[in-house]
Amino acid sequence: MKALVSVKRVVDYNVRIQVKPDQSGVVTDGVKMSVNPFDEIAMEEAMRLKEKGKITEIIAVTVGGAKCEETLRTALAFGADRAVHVKEEGEIQPLTAAQALAAVFKKEGAQLFLLGKQAIDDDASQTGQMVAALLDLAQATFASKVELDGSKAVVTREVDAGLETLEVDLPAVVTADLRLNEPRYLKLPDIMKAKKKPIEAVSFASLGVTPGAGLKTTKTAPPPKRGKGIVVKTVDELVAALKAKGLV
Amino acid sequence: MSKILIIGQQADGKLDSGVAKVVAAARQVGGEIDVVVFAKDGAAAAAQAAALDGVTRVLQVDRTENDHALAAVVAPQAVALARKGYSHVFVAGNTFGKDLMPRVAAKLGVQQVSDVMAVHGPTSFDRPIYAGNAIVTVEAPAAPAVVATIRLASFTAVGGGGAAPVEKISVEAVLPTHTRFVSLAAQKSERPELQSAARVVSGGRALASSENFKKFIEPLADKIGAGIGASRAAVDSGYVPNDMQVGQTGKIIAPELYFAIGISGAIQHLAGIKDARTIVAINKDAEAPIFEVADFGLVGDLFQILPELTSKI
Ligand SMILES: Cc1cc2nc3c(=O)[nH]c(=O)nc-3n(C[C@H](O)[C@H](O)[C@H](O)COP(=O)(O)OP(=O)(O)OC[C@H]3O[C@@H](n4cnc5c(N)ncnc54)[C@H](O)[C@@H]3O)c2cc1C
Ligand SMILES: Nc1ncnc2c1ncn2[C@@H]1O[C@H](COP(=O)(O)O)[C@@H](O)[C@H]1O
Repeated sequence: MKALVSVKRVVDYNVRIQVKPDQSGVVTDGVKMSVNPFDEIAMEEAMRLKEKGKITEIIAVTVGGAKCEETLRTALAFGADRAVHVKEEGEIQPLTAAQALAAVFKKEGAQLFLLGKQAIDDDASQTGQMVAALLDLAQATFASKVELDGSKAVVTREVDAGLETLEVDLPAVVTADLRLNEPRYLKLPDIMKAKKKPIEAVSFASLGVTPGAGLKTTKTAPPPKRGKGIVVKTVDELVAALKAKGLV
Repeated sequence: MSKILIIGQQADGKLDSGVAKVVAAARQVGGEIDVVVFAKDGAAAAAQAAALDGVTRVLQVDRTENDHALAAVVAPQAVALARKGYSHVFVAGNTFGKDLMPRVAAKLGVQQVSDVMAVHGPTSFDRPIYAGNAIVTVEAPAAPAVVATIRLASFTAVGGGGAAPVEKISVEAVLPTHTRFVSLAAQKSERPELQSAARVVSGGRALASSENFKKFIEPLADKIGAGIGASRAAVDSGYVPNDMQVGQTGKIIAPELYFAIGISGAIQHLAGIKDARTIVAINKDAEAPIFEVADFGLVGDLFQILPELTSKI
């Protein structure tokens, strides 16, 4: 059984984002880029399922420009067997990414699609659900536990009320939440091996995807600044300050 | 004129508190506002929706398959309804809405606007990116419909007292059977709900155990009637359950008063508390980033400070 894992190249989660002075976007030149952390978790889960003998092949896929090859190499170092690069430059919005990813999933005849629950750049949290909708498949988002059992998966999800468990028929789409697992560290030999693994390049045209209108960003602004607060010395001072503001 | 459809989340006959905030966002768009309740028996939740200020009508779709409101099951019904002349489809940006709405958007063939935090006009909205470290203004195509999730921390709930008509309707849609509800392990708590609490006390990794969380965080929360939250580190370490995580990937909250106790203030955590009116930080490290956003900071050992604070507050 094949599993597809999507990986997105994003600004590293440790970077403090700066908005460009002309408000046309955020500064990404010269900034450290990484695999979206949730996609690493998705990748790790695929590896664990493969190690348990539940799946036989892991295919990593990304939608983006030439630089995203780095991202695929990281996925290959993690343990993906091969990769598909939907090579398209420019901004790619979730619906367009989902159309391309759905096309790859279908073409590969995979049974399980693992994605991150959200990309930490656009924070959209849409793509997995959209893939599932486009292919009319079951979805289990925000997963913290995945068990494959023959033709179905039992998935525990982190929801506002607590933990929800769903049973879904395969093929299905699962999006990874933080506590699904802790991704392993990459080892040098694996990074070397990854260089030899195959990456197939495809395009929107070859997949039959026509990007739609999408959202137009008219302005990018920094968030409102909080006023600098004060440091109090004692608990009494703190309680007095909160009482003075009528907060307690 | 805009015609807005709001998916009114409910569970066990209770309308979710987020719906009143989504109605507030819809009122800023203007036009007619319909709330649809998908349930096995939605009468009680529909009546609650009908009382919300500004609602034009409530649609009640009762169907046994709607018992647990699964995204895959609700989406085809929402899509069929949305196609009946609605210009906008809105839902709360909580785990229910985030799970459901992209499925609706994809079926309608539109790009969703996630986490609307301000409404400038029928197709122009602000939303956060990069954990709220930048805010973008986006223009959404008007046709076939604007599909959006609403960031609850950004809107004040509308009041009650309305009396919109409730219509029981049926929606033609083929529902999938590939997804089945198994169970929900929910924490029952007498404390205020994190997302609507006026006061929240959160603890971080520094608490070091679930016993300490109980011993140090809970008494303060009880004393001031606060909800309890946590950092990711505290949840990952198993001190408290996942539904208490505050932040970029947890709950986004907007209390009047927020206590960050033994929390360093990573950007992912701050993303969840940007709308808190007053932030109090207690941390033994004077250089902790949380002090950059705190209105009141107190440097010191939480295990000494908290008992004293709880007794004096
Ligand atoms: C993709 C991604 C998403 C994330 N999403 C979230 C999220 O939604 N929410 C979230 O919170 N985090 C999130 N994180 C994690 C975040 O980056 C931090 O790791 C996390 O917030 C740290 O939690 P903490 O402040 O409790 O722990 P630490 O950073 O370890 O801080 C502990 C603090 O306690 C202080 N301290 C220690 N002992 C005492 C004492 N006795 N008295 C007083 N102070 C003491 C220390 O000085 C320190 O500042 C995410 C990370 C990633 C990569
Ligand atoms: N351009 C892309 N290439 C590969 N994967 C993507 C892309 N966009 C989104 N994804 C996947 O979809 C998930 C959710 O992204 P988003 O909906 O943008 O928050 C990510 O964690 C990725 O797994």
